[in-house]
Amino acid sequence: MKAKERKPGRWSPANVAFNTFNYLFLSVVAFLCLYPVLYVVLASVSDPNQLIRYKGLLLRPLGFTLRGYEMTLKDSSILVGYKNTIIYVVTGTALNMVMTILGAYTLSRRNLLFKKPIMIYITITMFFGGGLIPTYLLERSLGLYNNIWAMIIPGAVAIWNMIIMRTGFQSVPMELEEAAYIDGASPVKILLEVILPLSKPVLAVILLYYTVGHWNEWFRAMVLLDDRTKYPLQIFMREMLIQANQALVAASSEAAGSLQEVDQYRELLKYCTIVVSTAPIMCIYPFLQKYFVRGVYVGSLKG
Amino acid sequence: MKKEASVGKYTQPFSKRLKKDLRRNWFAYLAFVPVFTYIFVFKYIPMYGVLIAFKDYKPFLGFAKSKWVGLENFRSFFGSPYFLRTIKNTLMQNLWHLFLGFPAPIILALLLNEVRKNGFKRVVQTITYMPHFISLVVAMGIVRLLIDSGGVITQMVDMVTGTQHSSLLNYASMYRPIYTLSGVWQGVGWGTIIYLSAMASVDPTLYEAAEIDGAGRGAKMWYITIPTILPTIMILLIRELGGMMDSGYQKSILLYSPVNYRVSDTLGTFVYRRGLVEGSFGFSSAVGLVTSLVNLVLLVAANRVSKKLTETSLF
Repeated sequence: MKAKERKPGRWSPANVAFNTFNYLFLSVVAFLCLYPVLYVVLASVSDPNQLIRYKGLLLRPLGFTLRGYEMTLKDSSILVGYKNTIIYVVTGTALNMVMTILGAYTLSRRNLLFKKPIMIYITITMFFGGGLIPTYLLERSLGLYNNIWAMIIPGAVAIWNMIIMRTGFQSVPMELEEAAYIDGASPVKILLEVILPLSKPVLAVILLYYTVGHWNEWFRAMVLLDDRTKYPLQIFMREMLIQANQALVAASSEAAGSLQEVDQYRELLKYCTIVVSTAPIMCIYPFLQKYFVRGVYVGSLKG
Repeated sequence: MKKEASVGKYTQPFSKRLKKDLRRNWFAYLAFVPVFTYIFVFKYIPMYGVLIAFKDYKPFLGFAKSKWVGLENFRSFFGSPYFLRTIKNTLMQNLWHLFLGFPAPIILALLLNEVRKNGFKRVVQTITYMPHFISLVVAMGIVRLLIDSGGVITQMVDMVTGTQHSSLLNYASMYRPIYTLSGVWQGVGWGTIIYLSAMASVDPTLYEAAEIDGAGRGAKMWYITIPTILPTIMILLIRELGGMMDSGYQKSILLYSPVNYRVSDTLGTFVYRRGLVEGSFGFSSAVGLVTSLVNLVLLVAANRVSKKLTETSLF
């Protein structure tokens, strides 16, 4: 740690000025990134009447009420959305992992006779694609319209993730695989008992990427799903936040009280729903950060 | 070892090599079957399906029975007022991004790299990563709340301009700043990761040598740090340029409205609206095809320029 030594230039006016500016600037950047989220949280427990009249930067809750959360948790569409999203995340990610592991295993083999054609087969898809409309028509013709498998099968493998995982598999020492091979282990056994246990970090990264991807997916659902009972959470969020759909608010009013009250609490409901739908990932990402970071790094190595 | 194998390989007839390969690697090929099938169905069949751009596609007739119309769909796109509007909006949206959104994480990473207190650094990183983890729908929902009439950002704009505004999305001139800056908010912290990891690879003795030569912080940044991350910057820039023609349409759909189509309607959103909302599949496939061709040209061109100027290239 050379930086610990006091160098003569360390306390020069230019240096002190730069440091002061830098720390201040970074603090401001961090505050600006944080504030929208902080604002939503504060607003979600504030009294809606005071909030509407309030001018300026909100830095503490105005009054305190949990009424919005009560209404949110009674809202059947939020519950339906949560349930569907969890189904899509779990099933989708499981399929993703199996497919990606199998594909990455093949790509990581060094002595395949058909390695080059396989790589070309994959690389072409990274440069050319059918585009939105032909893909949509294909998905419809496969019977995926208004089918919950539409949320799972069309995204079964992300090519980029497969390539990242292959890079991870390639870092397993060849000697270990060869030793197992000489011991008479089958290729399946080598994959399950040698390669996978030694590739836990890259598996974690890819698992997280897929999970977050499914959690956030909305476009596919908007385009392909028709039944409200099949909608993931994000679609209900879009109705509420983007389309300000009256139906949703009206539906929740039956559970929550008079129409007037709903009107008054409609904004509050938005804030609370944002918190309820985002809280899980906000609570876990700081702990998983290092895995995400590693994924970005591994991904940047190749290409 | 690799060399030895390849020498032996070519002395044997192909059938014998194939037999040996299948005996040794049968599982590797079997394992590839699901991915092969998936890619064939979901990537290659739509590539063939692009041919509907040359057809007058009628859903009830299907792909095979719909009439061929040659370049009719392309002609009607190039002849429509939407052609210039969507091209211009796509380019403007990307220029805004290239001048504000793209450099922002580079600058933040350079400043974070100068922080010696690791605790402070980590806190700033964790906080700035946060918006990346908010789903696009919710993030745009939050943006809409902040720029609604009476929202925090609208209040600030009111203060600066001295007039009351309704939702800022109702003003066409505000759309591009909102689109770009909300992108900076979501992406600036996450974007630093790749640059910080590139900066971590700098040999510390380089900085020490520079200090002995009397280099200040600015000089070290300019002559050591930036050249080190230049290849990373170029790679990301090439990728950015190669995808710019249909970038961000999902976000646009969440943010735009007929009030601001004049500035917000891009190639990607136009394809979506014409195709999936209005059902003109042939026409919108043609627009989509033009988009991907321009993307490909941009990608190759950017790659070539970067190869010449900085000796960095994607392929």
